[in-house]
Amino acid sequence: MITLEWLYILTGIAFAAWSVLSLRDRSNGKRWGNAAFWGLLAGSFFFGSYLSDLANGVLVLALVAIAGTGQIGRSDPPTTSPAMRVALAGKLGNRLFVPALVIPVTAVAGTLLYTWTPLGESGLIEPRRETLVLLGVGVLFALVLAMVWLRPPLLAPLEEGRRLMDSISWAAILPQMLAALGGVFALAGVGEIVGDLASRVIPEGSLFLSVLVYCLGMVAFTVIMGNAFAAFPVMASAIGIPVLIVQFGGNVPVIGAIGMLAGFCGTLITPMAANFNIVPAVLLDLRDQYGVIRAQAGTALALLVCNVALIYLLAFR
Amino acid sequence: MNYWPLAGIALVVVGFALRFNPLLVVALSALVTGVLGGLDPLAVIEALGKAFNDNRYISVTWIVLPVIGLLERHGLQERARTLIAKVESATMGRLLVLYLVFRQITAALGMKDIGGHPQTVRPLVAPMAEAAAERSHADLTTRERERVRAMAAATDNVGLFFGEDIFFAIASILLIQGVFETHGYALTPLQLSVWAIPTAICAFAIHGSRLLAFDRKLGSVRR
Repeated sequence: MITLEWLYILTGIAFAAWSVLSLRDRSNGKRWGNAAFWGLLAGSFFFGSYLSDLANGVLVLALVAIAGTGQIGRSDPPTTSPAMRVALAGKLGNRLFVPALVIPVTAVAGTLLYTWTPLGESGLIEPRRETLVLLGVGVLFALVLAMVWLRPPLLAPLEEGRRLMDSISWAAILPQMLAALGGVFALAGVGEIVGDLASRVIPEGSLFLSVLVYCLGMVAFTVIMGNAFAAFPVMASAIGIPVLIVQFGGNVPVIGAIGMLAGFCGTLITPMAANFNIVPAVLLDLRDQYGVIRAQAGTALALLVCNVALIYLLAFR
Repeated sequence: MNYWPLAGIALVVVGFALRFNPLLVVALSALVTGVLGGLDPLAVIEALGKAFNDNRYISVTWIVLPVIGLLERHGLQERARTLIAKVESATMGRLLVLYLVFRQITAALGMKDIGGHPQTVRPLVAPMAEAAAERSHADLTTRERERVRAMAAATDNVGLFFGEDIFFAIASILLIQGVFETHGYALTPLQLSVWAIPTAICAFAIHGSRLLAFDRKLGSVRR
């Protein structure tokens, strides 16, 4: 059975290669830091499942120490010039899109085939991880296709990957770190505290204000945690169920579904949702790391108003 | 009740506001929150290590970078720009609205990995939006260019967030179902996912009109 562990090894190989290539790159003044950072990550992907929790924790602290003290530099592996790229784009034409599209198409078509045909019964892929595993398969397909067609130097995909990876730098593991922070928050009982506070500010007897506090609570907690998933159990058991459903007799699916979506409005405006808001800012070379959040804020606030209105109008008819 | 663990949250807010290295802020907050929550410092490091390890699947998507980088080396972004520049009716606003529809519908059908910032926004959507904006508004200032890119990224997020919950077999729907079940309310995922449709329609109307308004605003500065 192809499990997530296979994918981790594939990812580990990429990070290990970036570590070795960083080490050999004398043009990067911080090559030791880059090599150590990507090397430790490779180690996490290769051996994480076999290390003790404490060893994994120390590995995390080491990653943070390297990044936090500014030891990671931006490398500049040799690549094609802008003029060459324009020429190549003209020569290769729209076929250039094919390898890029192979990845999502493999993931989607593969998932559909696997889910809706007897293929799924073969037990070939770890349950619930089909799409992610197939994404990895798509990457391998696309890589082989591009290598055979374009015939670049053998190391080109790894060097080009390193160029992108170094431009993203430490932000690459921020989403994973925030997920880990969520784990620690849960253990420390942060959810219960916020739920306790939220249930205290509910105005007695006012339906509209209760809906408002429920939605604002979802947003506030999502902004703090970077993830509506952490907010939902807290706000549902603090206000959604006892007040909106039990006290006011609201429609259960409406309060659940739209409450979660109110939380998603919070995801759009918080740097804690790093993979949606901070990483793309880095990926698109924005000078303002909050540029994506600024672009989204208008949509998020208007949509929050809609969600409050929708719950108020649809759940209590 | 012990409110001290909330200091960890305050630390995150202050740290992000002062723009310290976010990894450092997050790690420090985890340690502080854990200790204030009554855990032994070693136990906090263990919890952090376990959670980091359990969430490795989040970082797996970086394996697309060698393919994207290789294609960029051969002019992928330039080709995306040329393609859009040729289409007479392609304005940035219309292009991003089209991507919004595409992203919402595919996500609603469960294909959430078809888009995404490394796979589609950086190599395709952002350069296409830039090319379309340049076609109708001539050269962009650096500020405007950044704003166009940021809007492209925002469109991907809005499309994903307010499309995916219509798909019943998605984690957030299963989470809602699980939470209600523990409180004695049995629901099917389908019962929940239909109520994601009104918000999805609002999201399309709001973000779509903001995109078109942004396009007009860029134009009005020039003419």
